[in-house]
Amino acid sequence: MDAAALATERLYRRRKLTNGVALVLSGAAAIVGLFFLGWILLTTLDRGIDGLSLAMFTEMTPPPGAPLGVGGLLNAIVGSIVMCMLAVAMAAPIGIAAGTYLAEYANYTKTGAVIRFVNDILLSAPSIVLGLFVFVVLIGMPRQIGNALQDTAAGQAGGWLEGMATWLIDISGFSGFAGAVALGFIVLPVVVRTTDEMLRLVPTQMREAALSLGVPQWKVISKVLYRAALSGILTGVMLGLARISGETAPLLFTAFNNSFWNIDLGEPMANLPVTIYQFAMSPFENWQLLAWAGAFLITCFVLLVSVLARTLLLRKKMSHD
Amino acid sequence: MAVPANHLDHLDRLARGDARADRLFRWSVAAAGFFVLAGLLGAALTMAWGGREAFATFGLDFLTSDHWDPGNLVFGGLAPIVGTLITAGIALLIAVPISFGIAVFLTEVAPPWLRNPIGTAIELLAGIPSIIYGMWGLFVLVPFLAEHVYPTLSRTVSQWPIIGPWFDGPPIGIGMLTAGIVLSIMIIPFIASVMREVFMTVPNRLKESAYALGSTTFEVVWSIVLPYTRSAVIGGIFLGLGRALGETMAVTFVLGNANRLANLLEPSSSIAATIANEFGEAFADLHRSSLLALGFVLFMVTFVVLSIAKLMLMSLHRREGN
Repeated sequence: MDAAALATERLYRRRKLTNGVALVLSGAAAIVGLFFLGWILLTTLDRGIDGLSLAMFTEMTPPPGAPLGVGGLLNAIVGSIVMCMLAVAMAAPIGIAAGTYLAEYANYTKTGAVIRFVNDILLSAPSIVLGLFVFVVLIGMPRQIGNALQDTAAGQAGGWLEGMATWLIDISGFSGFAGAVALGFIVLPVVVRTTDEMLRLVPTQMREAALSLGVPQWKVISKVLYRAALSGILTGVMLGLARISGETAPLLFTAFNNSFWNIDLGEPMANLPVTIYQFAMSPFENWQLLAWAGAFLITCFVLLVSVLARTLLLRKKMSHD
Repeated sequence: MAVPANHLDHLDRLARGDARADRLFRWSVAAAGFFVLAGLLGAALTMAWGGREAFATFGLDFLTSDHWDPGNLVFGGLAPIVGTLITAGIALLIAVPISFGIAVFLTEVAPPWLRNPIGTAIELLAGIPSIIYGMWGLFVLVPFLAEHVYPTLSRTVSQWPIIGPWFDGPPIGIGMLTAGIVLSIMIIPFIASVMREVFMTVPNRLKESAYALGSTTFEVVWSIVLPYTRSAVIGGIFLGLGRALGETMAVTFVLGNANRLANLLEPSSSIAATIANEFGEAFADLHRSSLLALGFVLFMVTFVVLSIAKLMLMSLHRREGN
């Protein structure tokens, strides 16, 4: 074999070796990543099932130091359901409307590009910052204004100024409503984005056909386009719901938490994530077990909703092909 | 045959009504669109407004001093800011190579029947609430690291030159390195699924041409796929960085809530963890204002990072001709 052939052979071997090493490394990375993610899921399943019991759904959260097996998560579960539903009920209509604006009215405009950009930022913005924002707007500022009004009204008791001051101070506390608003701000960008994308997927001919019949645009959108994009829009709403059902940070200083049964939206409201946080950080075995059971519940719910959302979208895609 | 006048009248009224309804609809959806804009702007402004007292009192010291003392109402945010950057940095160091490996595995290496199931599984895992990662970190990872990994680490690595001092301290398991590891596991699904999606946009004919010329799989990835998707890959990494910077619960559990500059094995703090731990009990105006100011800093940093991410990701779309 001459020198050139030898060199080629060596180069070929080196390239094959590099390739082999790189591919093994990529496989190893996949295994490592999946191993840790699987470990987390299995831990949640394993410890969560230990804590699972019927009492979880029928009894209130137990006081600190209660013996093992006493108490459940009923108030927290109900509080979470109430706030998540309210958040979706507030954010979904606004989100769908905003998505409609982006797709149907501002698709190729500068304004549309800016709103899309901002919406994508909002989509990944730190949720704790959104919690702070809602705290300041719904709790901090009303209280400050109320206090200021009270000072001004100090001379004239019984006036409308004082009434307003008392009302402002009265509403400015941790409340389930504030929690729902904070969660709503997390659902909003998800719904905006999916609505926008799904409406843009609807073929232009459909709009043209409807418009050529003389149907006004708002009817084209609400009767034709929404119907065509319905499953996609629903997917967005469900993905939003999956995202907020485990969100803890934005609830810490809006809904706060409550050890008792409460469905009054004006009062601090129990919720699963913050309860899990408090219970997990506590030294009590009973609380820690309940925290794992709650974590298991949330994980199952999130996975279930995401899988449902996916199948909804998949069916839609298949029916179009 | 003439159309009766009252019929024309009727049609005219209908058209007018439709036009009015159209305008109303347009205005309401536009209002919703601008509400999104107002949301982001409002969040930034309220943070800045709420933090003005802290900025006015401490000036630049707020960003450069690590003296955080709620008892004496002295607040310098350097420790949480540094903690945020270091934990996010560690998270990226670990998560980027692993995510890249996963993405390559799922687009080029794995047998086709395996690609979609694993890809879907990873996307589902991206949706697991961060509090689960935090709990796992505290109850499973911390004891494991404290028992098996950190003692060795602090015995051996702390003797090394330059990086040695970073690993000083008692190996109690809670600290910045642990927080970085938990964060990395949390952002791996994000980065991996963005990279996977991006890799799938590479036109097959490009890859097939390279294969036809005799390239190995690695060479195709390194010289065809990666250059084609470079900016979007960086965008995906920045998206993960944005998540890591602002993450609260995964970090709060394992960071130890000690508001001071620390090395990697010691408890420290991050901006989000400090806010989560202290805001509920911050009754002094200056304390509350300082936490809001920290929130403002976090918001601005993530805004810049996410903007870069978005711009980088957009450049791929332009190339695709969208």
